[in-house]
Amino acid sequence: MTEDNTHDHYDHEGSKLGMWLFIFTELLFFGGLFIVYAVMRYKNGIAFCLAAEELNVSIGAINTVILLISSATIAMSISSIQMKKTKLTLLLLASTLILAIVFLVNKYFEWGAKIEHGLYPGSEILEQFGHGEVLFFGLYYFMTGLHALHIIIGIIFIAVMMMKVKNGKLNADRFVQLENAGLYWHLVDVIWIFLFPLFYLIA
Amino acid sequence: MDNSNLPNYLEYKGKYKGIFAWIFSTDHKRIGLLYLYSIMAFFIVGAILGLLMKFELIAPGKTIMEAKAYNAVFTLHGITMIFLIVVPGIPAIFGNFFLPILIGAKDVFYPRLNLLSWWLYIIGAVVAISSQFMNGASPDTGWTFYAPYSFKTQSNVLPALIGAFILGFSSILTGLNFIVTMHRMRAPGMKWLKMPIFPWTLYGTAWIQLLATPVVGITLLMVVAERVLNIGFFDPALGGDPVLYQHLFWIYSHPAVYIMILPAMGIISEVIPTFARKAIFGYKAVVISTLLIAFVGYFVWGHHMFTAGMSGTSLFAFSFLTFLVAIPSAIKIFNWMATLYKGSILLRTPMYWAVSFLFVFMIGGLSGMVLGALAMNVHLHDTAFVVSHFHFIVFGGVGFAFFAGIHYWFPKIYGKTYDAGWADTGWIVFFFGFLLLYTPMFYLGIAGMPRRYYDYVPEFHFANILSSFGAFIMIAGLSIIIINLFRSVRKGEKAESNPWSGKTLEWTISSPPIVENFEEIPEIK
Repeated sequence: MTEDNTHDHYDHEGSKLGMWLFIFTELLFFGGLFIVYAVMRYKNGIAFCLAAEELNVSIGAINTVILLISSATIAMSISSIQMKKTKLTLLLLASTLILAIVFLVNKYFEWGAKIEHGLYPGSEILEQFGHGEVLFFGLYYFMTGLHALHIIIGIIFIAVMMMKVKNGKLNADRFVQLENAGLYWHLVDVIWIFLFPLFYLIA
Repeated sequence: MDNSNLPNYLEYKGKYKGIFAWIFSTDHKRIGLLYLYSIMAFFIVGAILGLLMKFELIAPGKTIMEAKAYNAVFTLHGITMIFLIVVPGIPAIFGNFFLPILIGAKDVFYPRLNLLSWWLYIIGAVVAISSQFMNGASPDTGWTFYAPYSFKTQSNVLPALIGAFILGFSSILTGLNFIVTMHRMRAPGMKWLKMPIFPWTLYGTAWIQLLATPVVGITLLMVVAERVLNIGFFDPALGGDPVLYQHLFWIYSHPAVYIMILPAMGIISEVIPTFARKAIFGYKAVVISTLLIAFVGYFVWGHHMFTAGMSGTSLFAFSFLTFLVAIPSAIKIFNWMATLYKGSILLRTPMYWAVSFLFVFMIGGLSGMVLGALAMNVHLHDTAFVVSHFHFIVFGGVGFAFFAGIHYWFPKIYGKTYDAGWADTGWIVFFFGFLLLYTPMFYLGIAGMPRRYYDYVPEFHFANILSSFGAFIMIAGLSIIIINLFRSVRKGEKAESNPWSGKTLEWTISSPPIVENFEEIPEIK
């Protein structure tokens, strides 16, 4: 080894371990919010169910399907890069990217409609409801907002991976970063799998 | 081994010049020193703030500041000392510098992420401190940011919260980096149970950093949302629950105490065997107790909230678990004692610090047991007793271990020796000042003096004078120590590569170490 190549050593297992540790961190990050959700819902059970009726189950369901498909496409891209099919890998990553953007667009319209109806923290309309509704929408915006932020980070992550696949930095021998991007994307997906029933399906 | 023909890490010339060769360096040793200098700078600020508080308390009534200013000073003192100094502290400085060397590696697993951690640390620090210089009042919530005051107060709490959040990220990334480093980069033959104790304690710490810090991160973000968006989680007026904030805060902040103290114990476990000329007694017991402390430490947060309103069952459970943590800590104390027993003890500056660590740590730990007892806690909660206990553990524990570490590893880090006479003088003055500063506060707390008050009844005057004088003496000791070390970096004589006859890997390489630590990765037999 010469002087500056400490960055060059390649350890697939080690990199994946690092990503898993990061995922643990993320899980506890959201874990704090799920605790708050549990406590609030325990105290305001009925109000939560009533407030949930304001949410649009079909948009939520469509977004769930979108994320599940995007998880599948990114998983397939990891298999295809190992089969040296660069074009297919790029295609699959692009589909993941597009699905992620569609998810955000849906989210935008969903939030927009709520805000138009005056359902946002601090609004006059929301203040006329009880405490339970206020907390429900507070949690709804906070948790889905934080999740959307993770989607945006994921989009950037995937875009960078696409560039790296394109210029050959990621290939059949060195693809751990793509695998890590996949792990991250599955995490984002899993969190949504919990958010969807907890907010949309309790009505 | 003499490998002085290769450039050492202090002289090495890379891509960048001048200061950029440091702040863009991915060498774990340079990053360790970056942390050392930044943490020392903040420490001096924090110590001056503490000194101001002791000036205020030297007489009843207003001495140098009003209640509001006092609130701002103890808040900033707490935020700097906790988030900028003791939490990153030993892992960031000595962990970065010595972890790779102690396990026979050339660097940490993610060198660039390591540099990013330092940058995040600096950004977080700047954001947190900017709260002092913006329009409006300085934060006055105390370092705990208790709801609902933290979102009702008009002071600049927002930058402090965001700063603490960023600092949390820096801490998580350091922990992540260390875990992967220890899993993947140990030298051939270094099995898990051949690792020195200091890396083991860093391992326990890293897991706490990784799994507890995100909880406080999200909690601080919720307070931010509370202030900015009126979201209501912790606001009783909107149906929220302020006690829930306390739970979430302490779920992190109690384990954080073990983030602080475990690496301190690690340093002591390196220093004592070296100067007792013996292998550490009960290596496995020390390792297991380290992991036990890290594990049990997750489940005791409720003991910060005995008077906040909890069910009787939770009170008993948290009290019992708190007593349980004492067992692995005591195992360590006994192991250190047994290591000293019949050792051929060499009394040098690091050893003075290490044995005085045992003394203050035991006082801190036993006073913690007093606070863990439910009935006593009702009497002592939020009094000067708690402040004293806390400083015995965190300043006595972490601080003394830090000074033990810096005097132990100084010759390795800089390749220079320091003036032992002045170092010993600094230690005895500091030690005496420390005891005089905090011991009267135990009495004050039992007598009923609340913490965080700028004023007190005349009956408490004498003990407060003692305590303030202790602070002056301690600061004098601190100045001697720091000036001595700074002078020695410039003017010290050249150090040998193994001045203390240490047995761990860092003593087999030259002082200061070469850029990639080892010419050849050592094989452990």
